[in-house]
Amino acid sequence: MMTTQAPTLPEKHYLNAGYGWRSWLLTTDHKRIAVLYLISITAMFALGSFYAALVRWNLLVPDGSHMSAETYNKAFTAHGVIMVFFFLIPSIPATLGNFLIPLMIGARDLAFPRINLLSWYIYVFGAAITLYALLAGGLDTGWTFYTPYSTVYAQSNVVIAVVGVFVTGFSSILTGLNFIVTIHTMRAPGMTWFRMPLFVWAHYATSIIQVLGTPVVAVTILLVALERIFHFGFFDPNRGGDPILFQHLFWFYSHPAVYIMILPAMGVISELITCFSRKRIFGYSFIAMSSLAIAVIGFLVWAHHMYVSGMAVYSAMVFSALTYLVAVPSAIKTFNWTATLYKGSVQWDTPMIYVFCFIGLFLIGGLTGLFLGNLGTDVHLTDTYFIVAHFHYIMVGGAIMGYLGGLHFWWPKITGRRYLEAWGKVSSLLIFVGFNLTFFPQFFLGYVGMPRRYHVYPEEFQVLNVLSTAGATILGFGYLFPFSYLTYSVFKGRPAGNNPWKAKGLEWTTTSPPPAHNFDETPTVTEEAYDYATPPKEKSALV
Amino acid sequence: MPLLPEQASSFAGEVDALFFFILGVSGLFAVGIWIALLYFGIRYRRRSDDDRPREIYGSLALELTWTLIPLAIMTVMFVWGAKVFFELNRPPDDAMTVSVVGKRWMWKIQHPTGHREVNELHVPVGRAVRLVITSEDTIHSFFVPAFRIKKDAVPGRYTMAWFRATKVGTYHLFCAEYCGLEHSKMIGWIVVQTPEDYQGWLAGGPRPDSPAAEGEQLFSELICSTCHDPGSSERGPVLTGLFGRTVALASGDTVVADEVYVRESILNPAARVVAGYQPLMPTYQGLVSEEQIITLIAYIESLQVSPSALGRQEAE
Amino acid sequence: MSELAAGGGQHPALQHHFRDLEQQKAASSLGMWVFIAQEILFFGGIFMAYIVYRIKYPEAFVAGSHHLSWQVGFFNTLVLIGSSLTMAMAVYSAAIGKSRRVVGFILATVLLGSVFLGVKYFEYAEKIGPCLPGASGVGCLVPGERFDASALGVSGEAAGHTQIFYSLYFGMTGLHALHMIIGIPILLVIARAAWKERYSPEWHTPVEMVGLYWHFVDIVWIFLFPLLYLIGAH
Repeated sequence: MMTTQAPTLPEKHYLNAGYGWRSWLLTTDHKRIAVLYLISITAMFALGSFYAALVRWNLLVPDGSHMSAETYNKAFTAHGVIMVFFFLIPSIPATLGNFLIPLMIGARDLAFPRINLLSWYIYVFGAAITLYALLAGGLDTGWTFYTPYSTVYAQSNVVIAVVGVFVTGFSSILTGLNFIVTIHTMRAPGMTWFRMPLFVWAHYATSIIQVLGTPVVAVTILLVALERIFHFGFFDPNRGGDPILFQHLFWFYSHPAVYIMILPAMGVISELITCFSRKRIFGYSFIAMSSLAIAVIGFLVWAHHMYVSGMAVYSAMVFSALTYLVAVPSAIKTFNWTATLYKGSVQWDTPMIYVFCFIGLFLIGGLTGLFLGNLGTDVHLTDTYFIVAHFHYIMVGGAIMGYLGGLHFWWPKITGRRYLEAWGKVSSLLIFVGFNLTFFPQFFLGYVGMPRRYHVYPEEFQVLNVLSTAGATILGFGYLFPFSYLTYSVFKGRPAGNNPWKAKGLEWTTTSPPPAHNFDETPTVTEEAYDYATPPKEKSALV
Repeated sequence: MPLLPEQASSFAGEVDALFFFILGVSGLFAVGIWIALLYFGIRYRRRSDDDRPREIYGSLALELTWTLIPLAIMTVMFVWGAKVFFELNRPPDDAMTVSVVGKRWMWKIQHPTGHREVNELHVPVGRAVRLVITSEDTIHSFFVPAFRIKKDAVPGRYTMAWFRATKVGTYHLFCAEYCGLEHSKMIGWIVVQTPEDYQGWLAGGPRPDSPAAEGEQLFSELICSTCHDPGSSERGPVLTGLFGRTVALASGDTVVADEVYVRESILNPAARVVAGYQPLMPTYQGLVSEEQIITLIAYIESLQVSPSALGRQEAE
Repeated sequence: MSELAAGGGQHPALQHHFRDLEQQKAASSLGMWVFIAQEILFFGGIFMAYIVYRIKYPEAFVAGSHHLSWQVGFFNTLVLIGSSLTMAMAVYSAAIGKSRRVVGFILATVLLGSVFLGVKYFEYAEKIGPCLPGASGVGCLVPGERFDASALGVSGEAAGHTQIFYSLYFGMTGLHALHMIIGIPILLVIARAAWKERYSPEWHTPVEMVGLYWHFVDIVWIFLFPLLYLIGAH
């Protein structure tokens, strides 16, 4: 050990590079924009969780006596709309991606810093419009807006909500565009594609989906709005329209969208598992190529959401085959991560606990996808709680665990402070237990036949629902912990120093927090990614 | 607390077998990886800060193994699932056809004998039942967990599902596609009875008009016979013996005159005109409800050619 | 005329986060292409709806299309192609450093674009006018309660389906027109910068990028014209 003195905060960094509203609201620094996003999506997550609490509160009793059907329908819709469009899709890319991608590739900022800021404003504007729709009257179509219910029969704020989601879509598109251009054109000298951190690869694949997929759902919901206002007839069978066309157009985006939600988390896992095994990743190029494969094949499987819609048997077969194909790259990643631990030096810090949670729970989520891609079993399972359990295992058990792991890992870099490790470990356990108790019973509920979006349900399903609500309570309580101790650490945490985890990666060669311009001199890269055999420099020559 | 649904149809056993096969394989992989994770995580935990793990880049052999083996297993899953799906979509010829119309928020069901039910369907055990399903408003979904069947009810088109009940009893019927306020109240029961009890149920209660009789009445009210009468075959095709036959179209294609074609001909007659006829038929869109269309179809289906009439037609 | 800061070597257009002008150009260029890829998918959704319904209701589409004036559409096509020509000339002028000509050609592009939009306005007015409250309703072609299918010479089932044709007509041309309405002020901003001699042979990337966008908008119209105006035309 070389140094014995405690680390201190650098004198000048991006957080104190300017004070006041204007320096934040007119910033073009990708790190500040990441913090703005962090605050916004945390607020949206809190609101989405509130609606989840309403849903689980209603489902405690089978007779729906806790609230009216109308309130319940609006609650599950709000939960879905907020969590999908305003939390999960932006979460890792807009916070960790924005903050880290320039640092990881040795750049000063993203390619288009002003567009980055614009993207945040668009997000906030879209959120404001959608929140207005949800809070002033509400929306009761489900986050999927199926026609003709949404275009003809719904008596709620469909048009306003659709406009809000439409606007927010552009935030996603612009972020993706920014990342693609940055990764292509702004890598530091020596940072070849195959020396890039896998976090960057993951975001590159995600950005392709964001850019190519989001416009399709944008124009689709635009058609829903036009139909609702002008009665054009695209999706209304009484006017010659086809309600199934909506489903095809909607799922063409919304299936790839789930890969937008999981690929960044997978990128986080690759970063964390290498640092906390102190070993290079097993199968680097396979993991990198798997990310791209998921992005590409993910565009070809959308109709597996529609097997019972009356589509032709042969079409359904094609989609089922492709769905099984898209499972393969995820399996490859899982095996590679596990192999990375072999003969490593594993440190069970909080970020690493989240890694284990991610892999363990993503396994369940992903494997239950096999039941749903399967034509024989999906007929029974679709539109039931089996689906609800499946996607929550991936989105919460996978994506959110990845997000929390990443937040904890890079917290010292973002804030310059350390959080209290013991709190981190306890919270992760609470969250893990609460999560499983909430969603595992739902697999049984689905198999035994309880449909989704039900305000009332047959009495025999009550025990499983009570278990699920109990779990949700623990989970909600669990999430309060990181929110509290992470916020506390911003003010009272110990200074972290440049590289508290002794990790590799260019972001750790600069100060914590980094200076506004990231690097005093553009670094030159000579190492492979995750070259843990060469210990990181104790004191970086660059700052 | 139920964990597994009853098996009450000829499908249920195979769907469950497929489910447990996938569960078994997935479970094996999941447990295997969990064990590996925990084992590696503990066996290789950091002993000292100076630990220098081995440099392992990867292994092509391993990558190929854990790509190809899962691919092979998934192919088996896919093929088995596809086979089951085919069966779910191919009813036997002797199935009795029951019409189902979903409407917010009830299921309106009609037997071939004309008996109508709301939110309930009585069927005899062991008999194949073919459901022709549609909706009057939003998309619904006809779901019977105990049978392992589900099919969306889509406005503007017919979808089909079928089952053969194997166990006497009463089973849940759910709507499985969110359709608004009372979606979770759009539920009912499938009542599977012994053939004797089923006959008893049919006989009890007022003798309803068969759908074909209702259709015949509607046919004359709407004066369809002006063009569709054996004596006036210049204007419209003769309907006797039509149902189920392959028909030559003006476009050169052929079509089987089934429910879908008859319904389309009533609502959108110019879409597929029979060869040799002018597109003169007016549309009845808005003039007949979905249930009325079902009765017209039943009537047309009942118009069979008598042997003497057949002889006369062949002679012409 | 390039303006390298004396002794500094730092081009005034170089943004602080880029290493050099080359990198900035590569980034801007890739950015615009990615944006155009996104636009293709955006229009792609509504083109999908067009394809589905054209296959489903061929006669209704023929009837709807015949009622559109292909001459007006053709005129507009020529106008737009002309505007792409002037835009290409603007980019070329920037590349050879003739700022005045850049301004001139961009203004010509704006003029032609405005002509296009003006013609569109009259096309729309003719179809929308009869639908307004107080108007007779004869010849109303806005889908909805007052849609007058008899103006197209169709009745019965096909009448309802021509509404879908006109929904797509307004939807697709409206989306296209919106892209032009957004593009014109951007063109004017670029023209102003050219007037202030901001561009040189060394740095005129914004002109190129706006040119790319304008050409894309033109190409979308080149698809729209035959798909909407020339169905069943001989």
